[in-house]
Amino acid sequence: MKKSVLAALAVLALSGTAFADTIKVGVVGPFSGPFAIQGKNFKAGIDAWIALNGAKVGDDDIEIVYRDLPAADPAQSKALAQELVVKEGVQYLAGFYFTPDAMAVTPLLEQANVPLVVMNAATSAIVTKSPLVVRTSFTTWQTSAPMARVARERGVKKVITVVSDYGPGVDSENAFKTTFTAEGGEIVDSVRMPLSTNDFSPIMQRVKDSGADAVFAFLPSGPTTLGFVKAYNENGLAKAGVQFLAPGDLTQESDLPALGEAASGLLTTFHYAVSHDSAENKTFVEAARKAIGNPAELSFPSVGAYDGMHVIYKMIEATGGEQDAQKAVDAVKGLAWESPRGPVSIDAESRHITQNIYLREVAKAEDGTFYNKEIATFEKQGDPGLAALK
Amino acid sequence: MPDASGLLLDHTMQTVLSVGIDALAYGMVLFVISIGLSVTMGLMRVVNLAHGAFAMIGGYIASYATQTLGLGYGVAILAAVVGTIIIAVPVERFLYRRIYGAPELTQVLMTIGITFCVIGIANYVFGPTLKTIPLPEALRGPVDLGFRSIAAHKLFAIACGVAVAGALWYLIERTSFGVKLRASVDNAAMAASLGVRTRIVYAVSFAVAVGLAAFGGIVGAELLPIEPYYALRYMVTFLVVVSVGGAGSIPGALLACLLLGAIDTTGRYLLPEYGEFFFYLAVIAIVCVFPRGLLGRRS
Repeated sequence: MKKSVLAALAVLALSGTAFADTIKVGVVGPFSGPFAIQGKNFKAGIDAWIALNGAKVGDDDIEIVYRDLPAADPAQSKALAQELVVKEGVQYLAGFYFTPDAMAVTPLLEQANVPLVVMNAATSAIVTKSPLVVRTSFTTWQTSAPMARVARERGVKKVITVVSDYGPGVDSENAFKTTFTAEGGEIVDSVRMPLSTNDFSPIMQRVKDSGADAVFAFLPSGPTTLGFVKAYNENGLAKAGVQFLAPGDLTQESDLPALGEAASGLLTTFHYAVSHDSAENKTFVEAARKAIGNPAELSFPSVGAYDGMHVIYKMIEATGGEQDAQKAVDAVKGLAWESPRGPVSIDAESRHITQNIYLREVAKAEDGTFYNKEIATFEKQGDPGLAALK
Repeated sequence: MPDASGLLLDHTMQTVLSVGIDALAYGMVLFVISIGLSVTMGLMRVVNLAHGAFAMIGGYIASYATQTLGLGYGVAILAAVVGTIIIAVPVERFLYRRIYGAPELTQVLMTIGITFCVIGIANYVFGPTLKTIPLPEALRGPVDLGFRSIAAHKLFAIACGVAVAGALWYLIERTSFGVKLRASVDNAAMAASLGVRTRIVYAVSFAVAVGLAAFGGIVGAELLPIEPYYALRYMVTFLVVVSVGGAGSIPGALLACLLLGAIDTTGRYLLPEYGEFFFYLAVIAIVCVFPRGLLGRRS
């Protein structure tokens, strides 16, 4: 009798890897520091997914291991990823707010046998750096290019582009320029401003002097956006009929309470608005708001994280919990589902997310708060930035 | 009937005036925020890296007073200045008093520590989002100057800068308190033996500097929005103003702000892609020629 129990125990112990494992997912993001609100959104998206779908895939328990990376720091990002893989034994890497941080991790993936699910970093080239990268956020090209078509449809002929002088800003400028000139528009001037600009009045003077019908702008979300939008209004550009066009980074939901009336009527194109009208989004927003605490802080990185978890769960299902990065990535190629942002799919070739891009206008709700109101849809947009790379 | 070249000249004049007025407004905002630091660094000889933190506290109180309590703008300014001073008094009594006359490294380490604590507390209490201080109706919207329109709150900032400069100059150069302050700074032991209560003089000066920081934080909030990292984000700019103007000199700080505001604004208009190149080039040049700042006191 005793022997048979021991034997049973031994069998259990030996076959232990086959079921009831704990599968760890390492998430790297800015959870403290000036970008903490974006990291909070990652966590809210992940928590919402787990609240709605459980912390188990089959018999395996899922455990999320967070690592804090307060600002873009490629060396530290690589060190954190290495530590997650070697010491924590994570089977999946996810998160990454800034492009350089995601880029720094791509050389590790093959050897570590770990897929990387990018939940935000928005430069097109990341997915080309390793066949084990899948992205569930957006690219700056993807969200900026449709704005050029909107501008042409609205009869805008001459545009001045004004962007912050760093990677995504330059991406955004190129995306808009390429599409706008292809559609027959004219770029009268392009201004790149340093990231540390506080006073935007001289820039607005440039815009005025350029004689453009519209200004296309890109700045990272946060404090400078506020100054920029205010300067646009105060220098009488809105009154002079110069239209304001930008990707949705500028009217991120968590910045809207501060922007207030100044943002009213601004046109942006983006992949997700918290106000998106669908049953999926209602469920998501409710769960994510509960996770984040303050409802006003919820914005786009949360949906990238939520869909990233969707992809990771599918990968775990497909591999039965075994560590096989290539099999996991192959399993989600072409995967299509209904995300809170609308219908999406993972492009089989680029491993980037194909999604709708929405034209939105900042509008005032009945309770006096401001929100991004979706007014037009560009369906099934891929990433034009990848084509531009070639 | 004006010919084409006349029109062009007219347009150029308009742009020059327009950029000039932006430069003046930006310079004045810098002045109001930085002058308190000039007082602590020049007159009290404390390298107060927590200056921005006090400006931020002022901004948060004003934002809370207007947004949550629904008070008016003027009342909120008053509440913020007084509130920040009330917070600063125990900080002065228990922390700053230990570092008067201490080596600069000690001062830097302690004040940067205070800054990080304030950032952490602000992040915890108010969260990481931007906070605004709604302006009263009179300061909202643009004012037409004939050749262009300018935001009314910028004119208000210019007026505040002039008022602060005048009042501070009068306080330090023309009142008996100013005499005592200057005496305490030059030779604390001698001033004390002549009956000046140096501790009180220092405490009051510190309160004035902190009050000015809070005031600047509110007046400048339209350009430098209030958020937890405010305290660190603009610290270099404040320090540059003080070192270019000469620590402790009010006309010096005013001159530095107007000069740096002009260089920064013109650079951004003409060659934005060069970023802050011209700004820092000017700073290096000025500090090379005037190591104590434009109008620094000789020690």
